Amino acid sequence: MPSISLTLNGRSVSGEVETKTLLVDYIRENQKLTGTHVGCDTSQCGSCVVHVDGKSVKSCTMLAVQVDGSEVTTIEGLATGEELHPMQEAFRQNHGLQCGFCTPGMVMSAVDLVAGNPDISETEIREGLEGNICRCTGYHNIVKSVQAGAKAMGG
Amino acid sequence: MQNFDYHKPNSVDEAVANMQASDDGKFLAGGMTMLPTMKQGLAAPEDLIDLHGIDGIAGVAEGADAIEIGAMTSHSVVASSALIQSDLPALAALAESIGDRQVRARGTLGGSISNNDPAADYPAALVALGATVKTNTREIPAEDFFVEMFETALAEDEIVTSVSFPLVEKAAYAKFPNPASRYAMVGVFVAKNADGVRVAVTGAGPSVFRASAMESALDGDFSSSALDGVAVSADDLNSDIHASPEYRAHLVGVMAKRAVDACG
Amino acid sequence: MPDTGTITSGGIGDAVQRKEDFRFLTGRGTYTDDINRMGQTYAVFVRSPHAHAKIRSVDTSAASQASGVVSILTGADMVADEVGSLICGWNVVDRHGEGHKAPPHPPLAHDTVKHVGDQVAVVIAETLSEAQAAAELVEVDYEVLAANVDTGSALSGPEIHPEAPSNLCYDWILGEEADVDKALANSAHVTELDIINNRLVPNPMEPRAAIGEYDMATGEYTCFSTSQNPHVLRLILCAFVLGIPETKLKVIAPDVGGGFGSKIFCYAEETTCVWASKKIGRPVKWTSTRSEAFLTDAHGRDHVSHVKLGLDANGKFTALKVETIANMGAYLSTFASSVPTYLYATLLAGQYTTPVIFCNTKAVFTNTVAVDAYRGAGRPEATFVVERIVETAARELGVDPAELRRKNFIQPDQFPYDTPVALTYDTGNYEASLDKAMGMIDYAGFPARRAKSEANGKKRGLGISAYIEACGIAPSAVVGSLGAGVGLWESAQVRFNATGSVSVFTGSHSHGQGHETAFAQLAATKLGIPFENVEVVHGDTSKVPMGMGTYGSRSLAVGGSAIDRACDKIIEKGKKVAAHLLEAAVEDIEFADGNFTVAGTDKSKAMEEIVFAAYVPHDYPEGVEPGMDETAFYDPGNFTYPAGTHIAEVEIDEATGVTEIVDWVAVDDFGNVINPMIVEGQVHGGIAQGVGQALLEGTVYDKDSGQLVTGSYMDYCMPRADDLPSFRVDMTTTACTHNPLGVKGCGEAGAIAAPAALINAITDATGAVTVEMPATPERVWRALQENN
Ligand SMILES: Cc1cc2nc3c(=O)[nH]c(=O)nc-3n(C[C@H](O)[C@H](O)[C@H](O)COP(=O)(O)OP(=O)(O)OC[C@H]3O[C@@H](n4cnc5c(N)ncnc54)[C@H](O)[C@@H]3O)c2cc1C
Ligand code: FES
Ligand code: FES
Repeated sequence: MPSISLTLNGRSVSGEVETKTLLVDYIRENQKLTGTHVGCDTSQCGSCVVHVDGKSVKSCTMLAVQVDGSEVTTIEGLATGEELHPMQEAFRQNHGLQCGFCTPGMVMSAVDLVAGNPDISETEIREGLEGNICRCTGYHNIVKSVQAGAKAMGG
Repeated sequence: MQNFDYHKPNSVDEAVANMQASDDGKFLAGGMTMLPTMKQGLAAPEDLIDLHGIDGIAGVAEGADAIEIGAMTSHSVVASSALIQSDLPALAALAESIGDRQVRARGTLGGSISNNDPAADYPAALVALGATVKTNTREIPAEDFFVEMFETALAEDEIVTSVSFPLVEKAAYAKFPNPASRYAMVGVFVAKNADGVRVAVTGAGPSVFRASAMESALDGDFSSSALDGVAVSADDLNSDIHASPEYRAHLVGVMAKRAVDACG
Repeated sequence: MPDTGTITSGGIGDAVQRKEDFRFLTGRGTYTDDINRMGQTYAVFVRSPHAHAKIRSVDTSAASQASGVVSILTGADMVADEVGSLICGWNVVDRHGEGHKAPPHPPLAHDTVKHVGDQVAVVIAETLSEAQAAAELVEVDYEVLAANVDTGSALSGPEIHPEAPSNLCYDWILGEEADVDKALANSAHVTELDIINNRLVPNPMEPRAAIGEYDMATGEYTCFSTSQNPHVLRLILCAFVLGIPETKLKVIAPDVGGGFGSKIFCYAEETTCVWASKKIGRPVKWTSTRSEAFLTDAHGRDHVSHVKLGLDANGKFTALKVETIANMGAYLSTFASSVPTYLYATLLAGQYTTPVIFCNTKAVFTNTVAVDAYRGAGRPEATFVVERIVETAARELGVDPAELRRKNFIQPDQFPYDTPVALTYDTGNYEASLDKAMGMIDYAGFPARRAKSEANGKKRGLGISAYIEACGIAPSAVVGSLGAGVGLWESAQVRFNATGSVSVFTGSHSHGQGHETAFAQLAATKLGIPFENVEVVHGDTSKVPMGMGTYGSRSLAVGGSAIDRACDKIIEKGKKVAAHLLEAAVEDIEFADGNFTVAGTDKSKAMEEIVFAAYVPHDYPEGVEPGMDETAFYDPGNFTYPAGTHIAEVEIDEATGVTEIVDWVAVDDFGNVINPMIVEGQVHGGIAQGVGQALLEGTVYDKDSGQLVTGSYMDYCMPRADDLPSFRVDMTTTACTHNPLGVKGCGEAGAIAAPAALINAITDATGAVTVEMPATPERVWRALQENN
């Protein structure tokens, strides 16, 4: 079994993994961080989105062995203690979530999407969230949240 | 999914050696096709050879009258490359139209063409631009590279290292996405240079093809109205729940015109 | 909307931020698959690859030898253990007075399989991947039978159940056919339409999951499940399927990631996990993959109808006749039979005064997964029928569709209004919502907008949908007489703690609706205490006294009313304690804003003081029990009737047939609103699902093989952010007259209203009489070809 070491939410972790372990399973099962979800098996829903070296990726479509040496951030690593990240706060204020299942992936995608673009347009947001499916909100309030979050992050 | 031996070679030669040593090995690029296929149990390689550790097969370089893009260059890098945006903007736009942001962050040019999904976008660009696929052993003209659905000219142990895209006078890509998968239901790439016009169609048929009647029409008059009345036959086009062959044939016409108009 | 995260108020009517959001936003929610139990094993189901087949044999010998396998159980094991059939809880009586056909639905098939994905065996192993690998080794020998998947022709297709000749589940009617035929014959004009309501896959983003656990020491089972109604699941598992006393099964539905109906039902998988946990003496966990969800979650809709609407010379509706074939799938799911009957035909009056209505529903079995309630359940199908035929009639007669509707609306002074299809609408003002919606979209300006679009090579269309729904299915005695196997009340317990905080226990269940917030607002306002001091507990049968769960937009109207009643009891008791402490008569105590006051004086005690006295009863009235903890059951007197008007405006690209929604206005009347932010969110989500049905989502089974063609997001088109516009949402209000809160329910309105609005807009733009849903670019393109 190969062994990997990485920085996960700012913490160094290392250990052995089976080669077939998907990154999402490593996060959920090995690291017990269950905020990252699995909503499909065709790499389309985005419930599993995390950041690897600062970029949003679908953790169901990467192997754990591939993040050896990388920096991985999951939804659990976004807030600072009890203080929410501006994007999380924007989702809360704009009711950008209902059942909450798509939310971690949606927030992680949004943070990556708006980086450096505080004035991102509604169209850019809608197209930029193509890889994240939400069944509850109709996206209306998600779009509002992301727009507000972008402003709050200040680019 | 089953366990496999994971390799992360540092060179093309090492990767080829890994492959040759395996009874049933597969290269892994962005994994955006490979991993879903393995998850579904449709592939269960004994060895997975990850190409991410190899230097020199990713990135965009300017050549003489061509842009050379490394096989491991991600779609997002192609989409945002300043060089491609200025010299071959149609290709940057095509890359931006692939999948979603997360797929573009991982998926690669080499992986896309090696997979040769009949609904993939890149094959249209390669064929219309007359690109050359470079591998560890040879150079293959795009039209010879794409053999048929999910089949390329590549040998088992052959690695695509880069693709060289000749610069052309004008080019544009018009895509009609499948509403569910967002792959191309019909994608038409039009390229015009001194030798004439090339029109390549993806998504509509079993593999990328050139629309020669359209090419001749545009050779005479490079305007969308030149395509009035020039139809592709529905006979060999794909049929599925999303589109009939007739509708696909119709869309090829519409997308071709839009691509010509977009050439400006 | 509040400016900051600090909650300063939180009473009824405030758009307070949700209590549940912090945990969801930080990845700290607890969904069923996030739970792992000591000694847990993993279940993988062996499923039929065929739509219809006899099982000749099941060979588990190779699989049993595989690494990590704990146990492999088959249908035969279930038969040996006398596990019962999964049930349908509503017996529909057909036109001949006979009950519906409810053929056996074994959780694990043992004789025949009846749809692709039907469970044949379960493999339980130490790890998930070992279970998956071993499941591949189970060899099932099938004798493949002809498949029958098409709704319209199911009655003449291959027979699926010996108990149901011609695949007929029931042939049911509502209304007098002769009267309706006569009225149609005497009508100045009759509009006819064939209407297909496409089959949908609900697709909550969280796939179903379950853990069964058995404690040998106490003889108690626990079932963690992604259920919308844990108490009903407990009832069915105990009383009908597994024969466990209700005291010995605890059902816990933790955070649930959406349901939309599909998580109401009792499924084979949780049944199997609970049953197997005792057999193997270890917890058994199952989590659905998305592919399995497509094959096994109950689908929705799937009607084929023929509809006739009669009009007199003045354009008044004279009669409506609807003949529907409704697909039940291979087995009757938990509430399936009620959907195309009592939840459908009863809504066919819509907002109109149509004097006579007849509906005939033939429910049929097919080799497809079961069809049951999906967001709206019957009511979207009814609205689609009514609003499509009304629109078509207006076009045939060349009258303004808005005016034809207006002419036929039930007027505000006609309430309570008895419809010819068994309901009594308590209140409403349909013209008010229509007018407001028409104003918002600038109805009068449409021709100019259309001309502008045409100049750009685009077709433009506008579509109205004036919908009604019936929420909070009730009352128990009535639904009981119509065949329901359960009561449809709700319970609530309101418990003060000695320090003044309150726990509200509700039998309703939240899976995105924000009950933890809205119910807290309700109790806080009623009891005059800070919103922050209220905690809402739901989803655990061992904590909540009793409940019927959440579906049919019933939580607030029924569950909220139960909370209101329990709060009343608290206040009544508080008055007795206050009277004692204030040395006044109980009749003289008034309660307002959290204070008990002696009328006409400034003598008063705060709720906190009264509560403290009730728990530390040193100085306490005689004959009053200590404590402040009350339970109430609420059985509503009627349905509630939210209604409204949605208007969609579309632009169609003539060359490709692509439809773009350029504007959407929704004006809904939900009665009183507890939290407008949550209500608007529910409307948005509902519209998105309705748009999905109308434009994107279609479920296709291959007619020959019975395979599900749309088995993943590669082929089943889920609405994405860039498929949808922003919505313009507003409200009108007529308070419900028969529940203490005056609320109606808002969870399904969008899904009910949207499909007709869109198809009316698309047919308006294309000139086609009808465009089948989903109105894919190709279908719209063909409609344009045929009509231009
Ligand atoms: C949700 C989703 C949406 C998508 N949408 C689109 C779309 O709209 N348009 C589109 O075109 N594609 C789409 N794709 C596919 C995407 O573009 C993939 O990136 C691509 O198909 C495969 O590239 P990859 O780098 O991920 O390769 P991998 O999946 O790693 O490999 C694919 C195949 O190519 C082989 N291979 C990879 N690299 C090489 C090499 N250098 N030499 C030889 N063989 C090699 C592998 O062995 C494997 O057989 C989508 C994918 C997903 C998951
Ligand atoms: S789980 Fe759906 S994209 Fe990863
Ligand atoms: S909030 Fe439920 S899926 Fe997005």
